[in-house]
Formats: sequence, C-alpha cells, structure tokens
Amino acid sequence: MSMPYYVAPEQAMKDRADFARKGISRGRALVALRFENGIVLVAENASQSLRKVSEIYDRIAFAGVGKYNEFDQLRVAGIRSAELTGYQYSRDDVDARGLANDYAQLLGNSFTHGMKPMEVEILVAEVGIDGGHDDQIFHIMYDGTVIDRPDTCALGGESDAISTRLQAGFSDGLSLGEAIKLGVSALSGSDRELSASSLEIALLERNGARRCFRRLEPSEVDAVLQE
Amino acid sequence: MPVFTPGDDPGADFPMLLQRSGYGPVNLPPGSTIESPHATTCVAVRYDNGVVMAGDRRATSGHLISHRTMEKVVQADRYSGVAIAGAAGPAVDMIRLFQVQLEYYEKVQGSALSLEGKANQLASMVRANIPGAMQGMGVVPIFAGYDIRRSVGRLWAYDMLGGRYEERDHVATGSGSLHASTVMKVGYRSNLTRDEAVELVARSLWEAADSDSATGGPDMVRGIFPVVATIDSDGWMLVADNELADRYRTIISQVEGSTS
Repeated sequence: MSMPYYVAPEQAMKDRADFARKGISRGRALVALRFENGIVLVAENASQSLRKVSEIYDRIAFAGVGKYNEFDQLRVAGIRSAELTGYQYSRDDVDARGLANDYAQLLGNSFTHGMKPMEVEILVAEVGIDGGHDDQIFHIMYDGTVIDRPDTCALGGESDAISTRLQAGFSDGLSLGEAIKLGVSALSGSDRELSASSLEIALLERNGARRCFRRLEPSEVDAVLQE
Repeated sequence: MPVFTPGDDPGADFPMLLQRSGYGPVNLPPGSTIESPHATTCVAVRYDNGVVMAGDRRATSGHLISHRTMEKVVQADRYSGVAIAGAAGPAVDMIRLFQVQLEYYEKVQGSALSLEGKANQLASMVRANIPGAMQGMGVVPIFAGYDIRRSVGRLWAYDMLGGRYEERDHVATGSGSLHASTVMKVGYRSNLTRDEAVELVARSLWEAADSDSATGGPDMVRGIFPVVATIDSDGWMLVADNELADRYRTIISQVEGSTS
C-alpha cells in the first residue's frame, strides 16, 4: 500500500495560491474608481455580451476577473442573496459589506476545502446616498481576503502596475469624463490605446432613482474618449 | 449565500428560489375562510402612444371602509404596471413578488423579459393563488405596459384561475368594473390622446364610485385622488394630483349643472 506524500500546509497553500494567481493573471484587468457623482467601473473586455461588470442591487454593483463561469456563478449568488434579504426584510437592509463578507466566506471555503481554488478576483461596490464619503469598494481575493479600497481598485493581470497609475492620477471630485479617461489610461498603460469596442464601462450613479446602475453605450464611451 | 449545483439551479425564477430557500407559500387549512380587506375598481385603456392605468383608493372589509389611501395601481418595472382587485393582503404580496421577479430575471439573465413574458409570469402567480381563491381570497389583476419591441401599448385582463386575456382597447377589474367598463365602452375611440385617455379613466372611476359602495371616489376634503399613471416609450409616469383635482372639479361641476 502506498502512503500519500506529506505536504506541508505552507506548501499546499502556496501551490493553491499560485494556481489561482496564474489563472487570474491570464485575463484582462478592470478598475473601479470614485467620481464626483458615484463610482465608475471600467473593464477591458473584447466581448459585448459576456459581461464582467453587472448590477447586483439598487446601489450595488459586481465586477469579476478570471474564469468567466466561476465569477458569473458568484454574480448570480450575490443577486440571489441580495434579493432574498430585500424581499424578506427591506430594500434598505441590503448592503455591500454583508455581501462582501458572504463572498469572502464562499471563496475562502473553496480555497481551503475545494477541489481547486476559484480562479477569480471580484469587486463589490456600493454608492452612498449623499456624497462620496459613504461610497464603498470591496476587493475580494481568490482566497477570501477582503480589502476595503477607499477610492480606487484594480483587479486582474498586472493589477499592481495598473493600481499605481490609477492612484497617481486620482483626486477627489473627478468628473465622469475625467474618471473614465483615467481608468482607461491606467488599464492601457502608455504603450497602447484602448478603443470603445474593447471596453465595458458601467456606473453606479447618485441619480435620485432607486436603481443606480447604468451601462454606458459604446457610442457614449467613444464620445468621452474623443473629448 | 445561496449556491446550487448546475442540475439543481432554480435559474431566473424568484418564487422558486424563495421556495428552495424555505419561504414557501402560506396555505390556509381547507374549508376555512377569513374576513379580510378587499380592494376594488381598477381600469386601463390604450391611447395613441401607450396605455393609462387607474385605480381608486378604497379597501373594504364587509361594509367597513378599512383603508382610504391604498395604492392598487403600481409600477411593475420601467415599462409596465399592474393593478389589482380582490383580497388586499394576497394581492399586495403578489405585486411585491412580481416586482422582485421582473428585476431579478433582468439581472440574472442580463436582459428584461418581453412584455408578453411579464404577462405570462403574472398569470402563473395568479394561478398559484387558486387555493386562496377557493377560500374567498382571490386576486384579479390587470397588467399593462408599453411593448418596446412593437412600439405599442398593450393590456391584459386575468381571471381568478390565472386565465390571461389580452384586450385591444380597455379593461376593468373589481366590483365597480361593470360601471367603469360601460363608461369606457361608450367613451372609447381609437387613437385617443394622452389627455383624453386620462379624462376617460377619471370619469370611469367616478361613475364606478357613484354606483358601487366598495369603490372610493375622489376625496376632495382630504385631497385623496385615484392613482393614475401613463406608460409610453419614456416609461412609467404618475399623473399628478393637481391635474386629477382639476379634472374632478370639472366633473363635479358638470354633475351639479345637470341636477340643479
């Protein structure tokens, strides 16, 4: 009878983390940042129908990078959790922090106990009711680590370089156009250009309406980038 | 956080998700009946650019007026609305579930249901309430909306068993529907303008309230008016109370003129 090899827990965790990171870094990145009237999410995405950024609830958006089927499953789980809470209690009782914690549990569990860790990184953003001081952006890693990002957040391949560019250009109270341009230039870097057709941009907007999520049409994106 | 295996997934069906999460429907024990508030007359009519829906504000328990400000005409989503008559409790709950389901479907699937899909969805919710209907807790809604694929307003009537009937011009539901329908039948012609359609539904509710004790008329003393909304290519829009107040003042002066 053969004995299984002993693998130190440190090594096992490192192997899993390397596996997940490798999967994530293969995909295109996305960024989120605050602007004067809410939060804008900019993703590099060649597909116009398979979405990386989507609506979870009235004031909450979701974005994911990595393996599409895995983050899409998380997206639907988030909508379900939010809708169930809102239906059972009140729409006011659904918040991003609770969702981020639930996601962290799910990802952490799959990282330590699953067959394989999920090859995703996700983001949960919530736009505050009055002014930017209660906007929230949570970055959740493949192993369930939750990071609260006050202003900007970058996910996916080369996210460190993108994040540095993003933070260098960020200031409080950017207009929507400025925020989109900053997001796009942070994603592209200095040596290439991204066109509207390879971008997916959505907003969480303080617009007075119940549903704050809105996608920008490619024509709108074009107009902003031409400015 | 609800996660399902692929073969076991409830998909974009929110009522099914509720059931799977342990919030099933409440079933009354067989043979029991409960005295509960009932809501009455709602109407909808097509005009050149869309549809207008309207409903009175009264709910009654037997001969008692139990609510004066009930809203029986509510927005379902951007391009549709639903109006209810019947047992108020199950009806309000059905509308809430219907609203959540439309938005839930849109978010999970990434695109909204077609208008006809929404009408069918509502039919299956009415059908799910058949046990309630057998015990005097029936709900009879109207569904109306603007079909953005066909650029036209459409409306549907239902029966208590979930039967779904698309109507061409106008529909009415509730205890005052006979009177309201008659007014609309006489006053309807094709290509009404928005103003003419609002006038017609205001008049039809007036006549329903005049002849049916369970339907409330405009309450000029407290400033409570029927809920009236238009749905066109720009979506759902409530008609303001001051517009309704003006219209009802005109109707009242006409009635005064004809009786003095």
